[in-house]
This record gives sequence, structure tokens and C-alpha cells, in this order.
Amino acid sequence: MALKTKPGSSFRTHILVFLLPAALIYTLFMILPLIDTVRFSFYSEESGGPTTFVGWDNYILILTDERWWQDFTNALKNNFIFFVVHMLIQNPIGLLLAALLSLPRLKLANSYRTLIFMPTMLSVVIIGFIWKLILSPLWGVGDTLVGFVGMTDGLPALLGEESTALITLSLISVWQFVGIPMMLIYAALLNVPDDLVDAAIVDGANQWTAFWRIKLPLILPTVAMVSVLTFVANFNAFDLIYAVKGALAGPDFHTDIMGTLFYRTFFGFQLQPGSATMGATVASLMFLVILCGVMIYLFVIQRRLHRYQL
Amino acid sequence: MTKLKFSLSTSVAAVALAVAALSPTVSAHADELIIESWRTDDIDIWNSQIIPAFNKSHPDIKVRFAPTPPADYNAGLNAKLAAKTAGDLITCRPFDVSLDLYNQGHLTKIDGIDGMDNFSNVAKSAWQTDDGSTTFCLPMASVIHGFIYNKEAFKELGIEIPKTIPEFMAALEKIKSDGTYVPMSIGTADQWEAATMGFQNIGPNFWKGEEGRKGLIEGKEKLTDAQYVKVFEHLAEWGPYLGKGYKAQSYPDSQNLFSLGRAAIYPAGSWDISTFNGQADFEFGAFPPPVPAGQKNCYISDHTDIGLGINAASKNVKSAEAFLSWMSSKEAGTIFSNALPGFYALSKHKLEISDPVANEFVSWRGKCESTIRNSYQILSRGTPNLENDLWNTSVGVMNGSMTPEEAAKKAQDGLASWYKPQQ
Repeated sequence: MALKTKPGSSFRTHILVFLLPAALIYTLFMILPLIDTVRFSFYSEESGGPTTFVGWDNYILILTDERWWQDFTNALKNNFIFFVVHMLIQNPIGLLLAALLSLPRLKLANSYRTLIFMPTMLSVVIIGFIWKLILSPLWGVGDTLVGFVGMTDGLPALLGEESTALITLSLISVWQFVGIPMMLIYAALLNVPDDLVDAAIVDGANQWTAFWRIKLPLILPTVAMVSVLTFVANFNAFDLIYAVKGALAGPDFHTDIMGTLFYRTFFGFQLQPGSATMGATVASLMFLVILCGVMIYLFVIQRRLHRYQL
Repeated sequence: MTKLKFSLSTSVAAVALAVAALSPTVSAHADELIIESWRTDDIDIWNSQIIPAFNKSHPDIKVRFAPTPPADYNAGLNAKLAAKTAGDLITCRPFDVSLDLYNQGHLTKIDGIDGMDNFSNVAKSAWQTDDGSTTFCLPMASVIHGFIYNKEAFKELGIEIPKTIPEFMAALEKIKSDGTYVPMSIGTADQWEAATMGFQNIGPNFWKGEEGRKGLIEGKEKLTDAQYVKVFEHLAEWGPYLGKGYKAQSYPDSQNLFSLGRAAIYPAGSWDISTFNGQADFEFGAFPPPVPAGQKNCYISDHTDIGLGINAASKNVKSAEAFLSWMSSKEAGTIFSNALPGFYALSKHKLEISDPVANEFVSWRGKCESTIRNSYQILSRGTPNLENDLWNTSVGVMNGSMTPEEAAKKAQDGLASWYKPQQ
């Protein structure tokens, strides 16, 4: 390009101008509310009365009060399980689907891609409702389906049992969102030059080895990014649990995650009055958890990733 | 561009016209009463029945029913009260929400109104200061708990209406062994039914209604006392008689299971009557919660749900008081209770209700003593909240994942952690 700036006058004002709208909107709607939330978590309020500065009291309450600590660790634990299921099932399946889609000579690839991505675009409320119906032991098709494979007792109440509810919900979420890792990884796979794969195949590799030895190392940065996106999305999750199990995240809080705990704390529930300041504290702790996870990714994982110039 | 200008100017003109047309009706009548409410469903009943009946005796007072959708009501009302634009009469939610309004000076005392002595203390308790000295809303409607049953199923299997808990359990066993019907239709997925239609439905018979409820508030009784553990024990007995997969059965599922004729007994709130009237094509009846063996007195949950108070900033307080005292009359109570089967006026008058099942529910007021849900007054002000804990523990015992003792201990520990009289 011929656009060279003279040495000396290197400050390019137009960059600032271009950045300004994004920076402004991001500051106004993301950074300021975040800072204000953290600030608010150091206050306490009487219902309808004034707010007073209480320092670390709210945090100390959550970390030392038996009930709060139990609720908080329970939500954290469940959230972690929710995340692990996504990491172990959603992302590998996403990778597999992307690899299959990028195979040469696959017929109807576009139709598969659209169909697999479809649930991602549906409202969570619809997803929750559909799966509640499918799995309903009263009217669901689940009973008939498992009858075909010889389970004559029908489907257990997967969404109602303490042992299965969280895993079932995680899998529903996996089903819904598997399209996203698939799309991201698929896009990365398309960027892998065909001649690299062709060269490998000429050298005697089959598609399988070509994938493991050539494509996968090249797309690892994308896989890592997908993982961190999964982490952030899972620890911010709320909607599916709320749509299927309500804010009380039953049975006996076995599906309670950080998002539902925050909701109950901030908005209150039924006769329980909400507390904006305690809610802000829970939200700040959520932010801290997510921040730690992202930091680990940035400082430990991302630095070890090799990037190849293609 | 010209087109745009044109359409802009016409719409401005239209708005101006509309404002001009509306404003006289807003400002002209000084004695118009506006009722704030969340009962959007009831607007027809107010306009076609309640207000015309009131105007027969008070032709000079105009009344307008102006409801807001339920989810927006509390927030919207607070904003209007703060801006002094709220209506003259305020429909009151029970307990703390309205108590806050009174404490903030938005509602007036109404103890002196004619007709207040038509209400029992239980009825007034939802809209009184904690010491019971001041009432700030007129009790308007309650819902009653009990069991609705499929009459045809009972006839077919030769089952009599159970009066005691052993009879009740025997009936469930008989229905189960016959196998045609699911004995009882209630699920634990949505949680609130377990507490509301389970715990609070059968409980008053064990804790002796108001005596137990007051005892808890005063700290004389604990949720770990035998009478409360027994409620959980009885709930735990229900488990084997519920439909397959009841742990994933939601409230609409339970309603459908019963209204499709597949279940014999349905633990109910009286508000379910109108749903079943519309959906069930078999005859159904109702019976009060069975009493423990050998107990003579019976108690029912006659839960106060809707009240009506006067906006302290109203310019028409005299007319508003006249409306309230008319609402306490037998005539108003009868109209109201008939228009909304399952919601009952709270005055002491004997109500004649044409819907047979709704009438059966209200007839228990004469035989049994009324109480309200024990977690609603005062005891749900702190965290953990007793109401939430009861949902959770009732589900726990019905699912068999908590023993009755564990459930009672959990609820008691939660309450004792913040409520002084229980410490």
C-alpha cells in the first residue's frame, strides 16, 4: 500500500476516531456497570432505607456464614460440573462435526451444518419447554423411545431426580450449543491450506492421520479459544436452568448454578425480599471466578500454544 | 421528504386531538374513584357486576377499575405512589408488601370504617401491623385448600370420602391396587405445590391452625416439635401414591392428569375450580384435609390473598371509605365470590355460592377453624426465607431424599438463624 505516514508525524488521529464509538459504548455499558457493581458490593441497605458503606462485610458473610457458604459452594460446584460436561462432550463433538463437515466430497454438508446449528438460534425458553415435554414421564415420547431398546419401565424422571437433573440439563445445553464450537472450528479448518493436506496424502498419510498430525495442530489456538468461551458462557449461564427448573433450581438446589443463585439473591424469590447489595456481592464473586479462569488461560495455556504462519 | 413531513404533522395533530379529547374526562369528576389492581383477569367482573351493584346504592360515586399486569403491579404502584398519581383505592398484596406501603405513609388506617367488624382477626391479619392494632386494608378475598376428587372414580371403586388420615391412606391404597387411576396428582418439579398444596394444606390439622401459627411467631413452638415433624411424615407417605415420574411433574401436568380423568385425588387450592370446570368432563367434588385419627376439631387453610386499601394521598377519602364499607357487605361478598369461583369474600356473612364445588369449599368455614399459611406473616422476612425452605423441604420428604426429621431440622435451623424469638 502506498499510504505511508511521514516519520515524525506518526500519531494517527483517525485511529482514535475509529476506536471512539466502540470504546465509548463498551465503557458506558460494560466497564462502568461492572465497576459500579463491585462498588455496590461494599454497601448494605435497609429495605427502603439508606445504603451504608460496610467494607468487606458482605464478602465475609458469604465466606463465613454456614448457609451462605453452603449455597455458594454448592452453586460453584454445580457450575463446575456444568462446565466439565460442556468441555468433555460439547467441544469434542463440535470438533468431530467440524472435521466431518470439512471432509472433501461430503454430500449435503451445508444442510448438515444448518441443521446442527439450528437449535443454537432457538430461544432457550423453547428449548427448555421442548425437552421438558420430551422427557416428561407422563406424556413424553421418551418412554416410547426407550421401549424400543427394551427398557420396559420407561424413562426415569431425568429432570426430577437429584442424581440426574444437573447432568440432563447440561446435556440439553450441549445439544443446543454444539453448533457454536462446530462453526468456529469449521471456519478455522477451512483456513488450513489444502496443499498441506494434499502433500501429506501424497506422502502416504490417510485423512485420519492428516487430521491429527496436520489440521489439529494448526487449529489448536481456535480450540483453546472455544474452551475459554465455553468457560465464560457456562459460568454466566442462567437461562436454561431458570426456564426448566425455576429460580429455586430444584430438586434441593441440585441444579443451582451461579446465575440462579445471583438471581435469587438480587431479585428475591416469592416471599424472600431481594437484596441489591448482596446480589452485587454474588455478581462480583462470579466475576472473580471467571476472571481467574480467563487469567489461567491467558498466562498458562495461551503462551504455550504454537502459532504457525500459514 | 414532503410525505414524511405530512405524516409527522398529521400524527402530531392526532395526538393533540387525542389529548384534548381525553383531558376533560380525567379532570372533570372530583368524586371518581380509581382502583389500582393486579387482577387484570377480573376487569369484566368489576365493570359488569361489582361496580353497577355498588352504583345502585351510591349513584353519586363513579368507580373505575384500572388494573396493571400482575408482574408490573408492585413496581408500577410504588412509582405511582411516589409521584402522587396513584388511584384512590389500592388493591393490597398480603403481608409485608402492603405493610411497607403503610409504614411509608401511602395507606390510611381503616379501623374506623363501618363494616370492619364483619371480618375476623384471621382475615385481617394479612393487612395489620405486627401487633394487630392497626388495619390498613379491607380483606377482600381468600383461597381455601383441600382435596378435589373424581366422583366417578370414587363411585366406581366404592370409596367413601375419607375423614381421617388412616381412611385417606386406605383410600389411596385401594385406588393404587385397583390400578385404573393414579391415586393422587401432585408433582414436585415446580416445588411450590409441595409446600402450598401439601404442607400448608394438611398441616393446620396437626399444628391446630392459628394456635400453632402464632406459637411459631412468638417462639413458643419450633418446627422440630412433634406436630410439625408429623406433617412431614404424612407428606412422606404420599410418595408411593403419586403418578409415575412425579419428581418431574409440573403444576400444569398435575392439573391435566386430573382433568383428563387419569387421577382420582388432587390436592387443591380453590382457584383450581374454575380450571377444572372448564376442562374436566366428569363430575368432581371436594373434601377438607383429613384429620389425624381421633381428632375432633378440624382446621383449614383459608389464606388471605387480596385486600383493598385507601391511598393516603387520595382527594376522595370519604367516597373511598363508603366504597370499602360497601365491599364489606353481604351483597358485595356474594357477588364477588360467585363471579370468581374459588376466591371467597372474607366477611363473616354466610355466602351463597352457586358453583357446587366452590360452595363445598366455603362450607368448611362453618365446620372447621380457619388459619393462614404459617410462613407468610413475619416468618419470611429474613434469609433464609421460611417459605422457600418449606418448598424445598416438602419436596425433599415427598421425593424421599430427606427424612421428616431432617426436613424439620433444616427449616427450623434456617428460621432460628435470623429470627430472634426462635433463637
